[in-house]
Amino acid sequence: MQSPGALEISRRDLLVASAATVTVASTASLSHFQTSTAAASQSTKISFTVNGERRELQLDNRTTLLDALREHLHLTGTKKGCDHGQCGACTVLADGRRVNACLTLAVMHEGEDITTIEGLGQPGSLHPMQAAFVEHDGFQCGYCTPGQICSSVAMLEEIKANIPSHVTGDLLAPAEVTPAEIRERMSGNICRCGAYSNIVEAITEIAGRKA
Amino acid sequence: MRFDTPAMTNPIDQGKVVGQRIHRIDGPLKTTGRAVYAYEWHDSNGRYVYGYIVGSAIAKGRIRSMDVSAARNAPGVLAVVTSDGIGDLKKGKYNTAKLFGGTEIQHYHQAIAVVVAETFEEARAAAALVKVDYAEEKGAFDLEAAKDTAVKPEEGEPDSAAGDFDAAFETAAVKFDQTYTTPDQSHAMMEPHASIAAWNGDELTVWTSSQMIDWWRTDLATTLGIDKEKVHIMSPFIGGGFGCKLFLRADAVLAALAAREAKRPVKVALPRPFLMNNTTHRPATIQRIRIGAERDGRITAIAHESWSGDLPGGGPEVAVQQTRLLYAGANRMTATRLATLDLPEGNAMRAPGEAPGMMALEIAIDEMAERLGRDPVDFRIINDTQVDPEKPERPFSHRNLVGCLRTGAERFGWQDRSKQPGGRREGNWLVGMGVASAFRNNLLVPSGARVRLDREGIVTVETDMTDIGTGSYTIIAQTAAEMLGVPVDKVAVSLGDSRFPVSSGSGGQFGGNCSTAGVYAACVKLREAVAQKLGFNSPDELTFSGGEVRAGDRRMPLAQAASDEALVAEDRIEFGDLDKTHQQSTFGAHFVEVGVDVATGETRIRRMLAVCGAGRILNPITARSQVIGAMTMGVGGALSEELVVDTERGFFVNHDLAAYEVPVHADIPHQEVIFLDESDPMSSPMKAKGIAELGLCGVAAAVANAIYNATGVRVRKYPITLDKLINGLPEVS
Repeated sequence: MQSPGALEISRRDLLVASAATVTVASTASLSHFQTSTAAASQSTKISFTVNGERRELQLDNRTTLLDALREHLHLTGTKKGCDHGQCGACTVLADGRRVNACLTLAVMHEGEDITTIEGLGQPGSLHPMQAAFVEHDGFQCGYCTPGQICSSVAMLEEIKANIPSHVTGDLLAPAEVTPAEIRERMSGNICRCGAYSNIVEAITEIAGRKA
Repeated sequence: MRFDTPAMTNPIDQGKVVGQRIHRIDGPLKTTGRAVYAYEWHDSNGRYVYGYIVGSAIAKGRIRSMDVSAARNAPGVLAVVTSDGIGDLKKGKYNTAKLFGGTEIQHYHQAIAVVVAETFEEARAAAALVKVDYAEEKGAFDLEAAKDTAVKPEEGEPDSAAGDFDAAFETAAVKFDQTYTTPDQSHAMMEPHASIAAWNGDELTVWTSSQMIDWWRTDLATTLGIDKEKVHIMSPFIGGGFGCKLFLRADAVLAALAAREAKRPVKVALPRPFLMNNTTHRPATIQRIRIGAERDGRITAIAHESWSGDLPGGGPEVAVQQTRLLYAGANRMTATRLATLDLPEGNAMRAPGEAPGMMALEIAIDEMAERLGRDPVDFRIINDTQVDPEKPERPFSHRNLVGCLRTGAERFGWQDRSKQPGGRREGNWLVGMGVASAFRNNLLVPSGARVRLDREGIVTVETDMTDIGTGSYTIIAQTAAEMLGVPVDKVAVSLGDSRFPVSSGSGGQFGGNCSTAGVYAACVKLREAVAQKLGFNSPDELTFSGGEVRAGDRRMPLAQAASDEALVAEDRIEFGDLDKTHQQSTFGAHFVEVGVDVATGETRIRRMLAVCGAGRILNPITARSQVIGAMTMGVGGALSEELVVDTERGFFVNHDLAAYEVPVHADIPHQEVIFLDESDPMSSPMKAKGIAELGLCGVAAAVANAIYNATGVRVRKYPITLDKLINGLPEVS
């Protein structure tokens, strides 16, 4: 009677496929580090660009990207909500793609371009998405907010790049910015204060302005 | 300022700033990552080191011995402080379970050690090396099993009665008797508990995440055995609390002890998996509700009994309290009973009492309406009361529950609801609508503030009030701006510092009304000081507006009053007995439309509306946010939130955000909120009441009732997961 079942499978395959691609890429960069530091101590020198600025750090290999930002660079706008990749409060952009900074080690980001909430805008010169969150009151306690904003900025780029989501109906048509797409794609960012309704309005406004 | 007679016309009534749609003044800080939360304070003069908590792996018993040699010798380790090593510490006034100290284990994940190292990674690794030999004891962990051992609590009002319930119920034309259960729930706020502690001689500064600064300061001093005056608490930004940060927690105690031992400032954050078992939770309840009514729908008898559990010395979940006040009925009784359980401490979570109580009561009302053949909106309206049903001589200060229900029914399209459960189907979706009343008492708590006017005309407010996402910064700025006739951007607000006057703090939805009333009181004093300084005779006849002070034809710039030195005024609001002579409560109505997948039983929320009557709305933007957030939490309570108890080992199994399922974006539709235009002069000079908890009370029942309307399946055991629905759904081929 209906096709959702079949479509489910193809979506899932697609997700698996894209996840596999990511895994291969990360493994490659990881093994590069393992060979270059195999006999060395438990720390690694890493250099990357954070919010446009070149940064060099000598880090314990166990240091997550999140703790590198917060504890070593004192960029505390990126939040630690769970340290398990379950809440999204630590979302940052790595080479333009959103990533849970708690689920990835700093040493895996050698040479990359990291953007945190501090890199999007400042008080007095807010990024449009930051301004839209203020306008629509898309936050309360503010602790998930940097993650929501970073995630939403990258999420709109994913739609623009025609990457499908679980709720995309027609995989052959261009992906659309709908409330359902926004909600699905933002569901990795938990807001316990429950600002979702306002957040979706903020993102929709920015998406409309962009279109 | 003592508030003991109803408020007259005052400057707040101008409504130039208060009541206006003012965006959060802390918005640019929060959206750019510049708001500094507890774990994020940096001092370039002193490098912090890291403490990592070790929690008990048993639920009840004692520590025989601890072997910390491996941990102490691990790389980077500076100190290890153990519970058995430090010995018994005095427990703070507000905690039930001790936070640290001694060899007794009262619950799973109770803190038993903190390991301090140069880096976070080293501290975490070393903490895993602590070996503990426990003497485990059997505990009670199952409320259902312990229900018959529950006793009448010694404190509070465990029993209430009016008329003769038993006789009236016996002879009622239509009778109803059902039992409901609500599970243990977790606050699960986004910012885990975190503290940085730094000693300077015998003085301690703690940057932490606290809803109630003075309670924390008092209890931390008690626990450490030091003078309260030596403790300085800072908590200007709080990443959510919902009650979990009302009372001193282990992170602050561990950071303080670790910093003393390591002789360095120490930061300690509770790892996410500690939140459910180390801290507090909303206790599970079993609730029995009986209602007797005439055939015309009038309630003649209503009874609500509740059972919950807690550690020895703890208290019950007062799930019956709204039933004493919400509906009419001459014959009534409530009873609250408490069992001893050895689970982690049960305590306040957003709308303690009413939140779980309304989850049950408002299903019961829906069931009774159906039994009577009445529309559930009409049934509630028929049984409205304008007086305390137990004491009819005691009126409500202001009550428009009926207006909330009628407005909501009209705006939501309630007339389109199928009268027959399971009567509306759209493709694979069974569609239904549900309603519930919202009710939460308005609490009055003293609150102080200090205001300062400087020569630039800037008004600075200082109070130890906290902003846990509620919008305190903004409504306090609005209050001072209104009182002194300046725009909001001329007001600076400093919160969450124990050096400031003690406020109501944030809890029980009293913070908004009470903290602004405290600021009002301080501003009245500042107005008097300004009048005197500028040579105006009668401060009552002055107008503060547009940065000027006016009386008749005479006008002076406000800032001139501070031209030679800043003017400072401090006061606090204290409340008389207006909440005794009048019942002060807040009211609302929740409307929900759901779709239930006919094949899987999956429930999706399609539409939500809340109508609230809660006194003056100080800021429609932040008030709406409080209500939609509460509605969202209510959806979690209805559909997914449950701390699952391991009744053998005695702990909450699903202790993280993957397994304890709070709503995510995909679960929540656009939400509508309507505020009735009202003010309550009995509540405070602000004429406002609480809103933040009202928005939660009744939501889950409205969802449950909508699911029933959609499917014809009545679930009385929260959360309403698909396994509880699927056997009752129509056959699908």
